[in-house]
Amino acid sequence: MHEWALASTVLGFLFRELGCRKLEHVVIALGELQNIDWEVFRFALKNIAKTEGLEIKHIEFVRKKAKFYCNRCGHEWTLDDVNLSEEEREAIHFVPEAVHAYVKCPKCGSRDFTVVEGRGVELISFAGEGCNVSALRS
Amino acid sequence: MQGKAAMFLRSDPRLYESRRKLEQQAKHVLGFASAKGGVGKTTLAVLAALHLARMRFRVGLLDLDLTNPCTHLLLGVEPRLDLVGEEAGISPPKIAGIEYMTIAFFTGGKPLPLRGSEATSAILEILAATNWGQLDVLVIDFPPGIKDEILDLSMIGGDNVKIVVVTTPSKLSVEAAKRLIDVARSEKLSILGLVENMADKPGLGKELARQQRIEYLGHIPWDPDLEQSFGRPEKLVEGKAGKAMREVTERLVKLLEG
Ligand SMILES: Nc1ncnc2c1ncn2[C@@H]1O[C@H](COP(=O)(O)OP(=O)(O)OP(=O)(O)O)[C@@H](O)[C@H]1O
Ligand SMILES: [Mg+2]
Ligand SMILES: [Zn+2]
Repeated sequence: MHEWALASTVLGFLFRELGCRKLEHVVIALGELQNIDWEVFRFALKNIAKTEGLEIKHIEFVRKKAKFYCNRCGHEWTLDDVNLSEEEREAIHFVPEAVHAYVKCPKCGSRDFTVVEGRGVELISFAGEGCNVSALRS
Repeated sequence: MQGKAAMFLRSDPRLYESRRKLEQQAKHVLGFASAKGGVGKTTLAVLAALHLARMRFRVGLLDLDLTNPCTHLLLGVEPRLDLVGEEAGISPPKIAGIEYMTIAFFTGGKPLPLRGSEATSAILEILAATNWGQLDVLVIDFPPGIKDEILDLSMIGGDNVKIVVVTTPSKLSVEAAKRLIDVARSEKLSILGLVENMADKPGLGKELARQQRIEYLGHIPWDPDLEQSFGRPEKLVEGKAGKAMREVTERLVKLLEG
């Protein structure tokens, strides 16, 4: 399951890189494009934390709708405006940028568009003991 | 590290997971790079991976040419998503003895025009999620140029990451190789050596290696039958270019183990 890799990436960052010891809360955005299974993801976060002896009190998910912007004609659209096969959705689940292979601007047909929002897993905020955010700037 | 790109990358959890995976899952990471297109990076990267596998090394091949992935054509693989395994991430299928991963698995070979930050994001997603197992060498095929893919890899870093500069004996290619060497040095990306492709004897490439004090790994002759072996790895390694690449690969191994 891809969800486990994503969960372990986020936790590794918080505990290993930033040195967080206990987390009061973590807020994670889940973009519609990557189509994460919330329950599996939550389960993975909790389980990995448990086996690693880490403590997270509260996990909050924020759902973000995928939004696209055409760099050519300026049109904006969402996933509701496009048709994707099961297999295409699966490929996008693994690598959201693959959307550029399967989707074109519904207005002008260009592939040169930007995923403005709702791409995938994004760490929004966190609070806890010992998180050394300045480590990011060294 | 400073600047906006660095800040952006540094706050991305995938950067650290990518670095960790590269460090823990591969003894050596070897990227085939050139500033000029069409000099033979893909061909030589695939040949190196094939030879390493035949020498019984545990080897991976990652096609990082996001817009124009081609390695599957040389290996004779139809890039389908169902080849990719899914176990706590993504697992590469084993092709001709190589753990093989390409963006083409996810795009079905369709064009993928990506601008800068999205290219970076795709690279991080793949690197952070791919489980290689335990490799001796991970070979990376880069797109031409000194852009996102190679700059990103220099930031993801890891002491085990090195590049092989590919050039032809042409003045234009050698000039481009010089620029690449310059950038590799400023970005602290180690250079393992230089291969001179489409050269029947050592030429300007060798001269450049001497001037720049980097290892000359050898020359690969022009092989008129090369394309006929595309899709057939066992023939590819036996051809004129294939055989010459075996010697280059042996030299690579010595340097890596040295
Ligand atoms: N030694 C050689 N003899 C004959 N043909 C060769 C040789 N090396 C490469 N070629 C041919 O040259 C072309 C370019 O090679 P290749 O695709 O490997 O280059 P590249 O550097 O990866 O290109 P790009 O910059 O587009 O990624 C191909 O058609 C390949 O078959
Ligand atoms: Mg190539
Ligand atoms: Zn448009």
